[in-house]
Amino acid sequence: MAAASSWGRYPRVDEDRRLVSWEGDVRAALASRRPLLARGLGRSYGDSCLNEGGTVIELAGMDRFLAFDATHGLLSCEAGASLDDVIAFALPRGWFPAVVPGTRFVTVGGCIANDVHGKNHHRAGTFGRHVRALTLLRSDGTTHECSPMAEPSLFAATVAGLGLTGIVTRATLALRPLRSARMEVESLPFADLDGFFELEAASAESWEHTVAWVDCLHPRMAGRGIFSRARFLERSDGSLGEPWGRGPRTVPCDLPEAALSPFTVKAFNAAYWKLHPRGRRIEAAEKFLFPLDALGHWNRIYGRRGFVQFQCVVPGARARDWIAQLIEAIRTKGDGSFLSVLKTFGELPSPGLLSFPRPGVTFALDFPFRGDRTLALMKELEEIVIDAGGALYPAKDACMSPRAFGASFTRLGEFEPWIDPAFSSSFWRRVHAAPRAA
Amino acid sequence: MARVLILGATSAIAQATSRIHAGRGDSLFLVARDRERLASVAADLRVRGAMAVETLVADLADDSTHERIVADGWRAFNGLDVALLAYGVLGNQREVESSPEALKAILATNFTSAASLLMRLAALFERQRSGALVAIGSVAGDRGRQSNYAYGAAKGGLAIFMEGLRHRLAGTGVRVVTIKPGFVDTPMTRGFPKGPLWASPERVAAGIVRAIDRGASVAYVPGFWWAIMRVIRSLPEWILFRTRL
Repeated sequence: MAAASSWGRYPRVDEDRRLVSWEGDVRAALASRRPLLARGLGRSYGDSCLNEGGTVIELAGMDRFLAFDATHGLLSCEAGASLDDVIAFALPRGWFPAVVPGTRFVTVGGCIANDVHGKNHHRAGTFGRHVRALTLLRSDGTTHECSPMAEPSLFAATVAGLGLTGIVTRATLALRPLRSARMEVESLPFADLDGFFELEAASAESWEHTVAWVDCLHPRMAGRGIFSRARFLERSDGSLGEPWGRGPRTVPCDLPEAALSPFTVKAFNAAYWKLHPRGRRIEAAEKFLFPLDALGHWNRIYGRRGFVQFQCVVPGARARDWIAQLIEAIRTKGDGSFLSVLKTFGELPSPGLLSFPRPGVTFALDFPFRGDRTLALMKELEEIVIDAGGALYPAKDACMSPRAFGASFTRLGEFEPWIDPAFSSSFWRRVHAAPRAA
Repeated sequence: MARVLILGATSAIAQATSRIHAGRGDSLFLVARDRERLASVAADLRVRGAMAVETLVADLADDSTHERIVADGWRAFNGLDVALLAYGVLGNQREVESSPEALKAILATNFTSAASLLMRLAALFERQRSGALVAIGSVAGDRGRQSNYAYGAAKGGLAIFMEGLRHRLAGTGVRVVTIKPGFVDTPMTRGFPKGPLWASPERVAAGIVRAIDRGASVAYVPGFWWAIMRVIRSLPEWILFRTRL
């Protein structure tokens, strides 16, 4: 047993970690008598990749590629391969993952288990839509080759299945072709939420990637922000083979808690508003897609106590009002978020029974963890989302209640039969309260 | 396009190094004991761009396999530009102290078998008058310390053997490169608490390839280990003996 935490560093648990490099190691680890869970690079923010008192099988050492079809852009790899690795391989060959989350230091298995989304959700849908096949190893020793065609129910349970259906050992991804590793990026300020929705509506058609930063803290202009939209350049410019920076800048140690007082967060947001470049420019795709990857260990900014993320989606019709309510709740608590991000999800259906993305507007925030005060704020935000008929994102979550989980994922009943009985996680035990005692 | 022989191809450092070569379009001849693992490493390197990948399943610690390994490895691509000896066992110092068999196994795998392979390869490289003969030693070989002097002695012996080979082959065009990694986060060191001195196999692999490319004789990877080992080597015994190093 060793102490462990995820990217948000809250909560902290003791678990039995098993580093595996070969399929034989995975099979050996399945014999553990404790509850099992697979883990990739641990970039989930809360406890969905933690398993207190259980065995955690770390797959990052299983990162071998199996096959690449250069005509159709189909890459088969072991599930521990990171998107960083996939990109380093695919980009010089003119291919790129169809969907990438905000960091490339995540594994393919983790992207599947959380059915992650990116800034191009309105065009490409979730990561799972581009998974052509996956291999699932169950605790009974059986191996299942699943795809939307073969064992489709098990596939739908495993995509966004939070690692509870077994261990994804391999996957085949459909990549998308690219001619350039650069993007045309345009950033436009907006004064309030209405401005955001107007820009969103005007951009969805011709811009592949959209995302907005929003200032939740400004006393009079909370809801102002900067809308960024981007698309890959369509012409070959020789940039595909250029190596990507490895982000040599790293936060060397935990910052003291005082570094993130309401005052500094407010100042940061004001500075971000002032200093963020506006207008059109050409920039490296990594800069637009993975801005935080340039700063290693950025989670240390939040100090030893860590931070919690809050990401929700609220349905389209009244989305503006719900987001305004959330911002108001945050602003009055004064417990500002460093980076608050707004993005509209498109209509493309998500393939997983527990997929988070659905039509509507998603809002992501992070808060330094300050004990009960933070938990109370999360509770308040959660209530607004439940009222809105929205959902919370398990990959980012450390706080949601069983009630919120049930309200977020209405197909839970269909999912449960597919859970591998030997698997569990700290998240699952937290949100899946034992059958309600009378 | 280089022709590369990897001895112990399924080790974490060997895999990471092989990937760099595959990315350059080099040809690789891989030797390891486990057939299934070797096959998956070979497939990975083919996908990653290796011009050709050939494999041989053999137990490197068994000297009777060496003649065939070296002959096949040499013949596969009609000569070699790089031979990387990347296998070894860490063993357990406490166990070694009470078990003569365990002691013998550590010395045989890490030193005797390595010297046997290197000697055979040296003859071929000498005749070819080009190429790089590379072996992974260890910072543990720089000084005898109570915590792992059996492993350290084998790796230290290997470094001296490599130094002698370098002397012998000086002027022939053959480079002899000793790599001395510090703490590396691999399956071999599973179970050790990891701190800031630990490096990933990828970082070590990049250091190995850089050392080969620039023709280094001895390369500590990461480089800061050179300074650490200088200090440790210069400690008088009366100080060293007060530590648990």
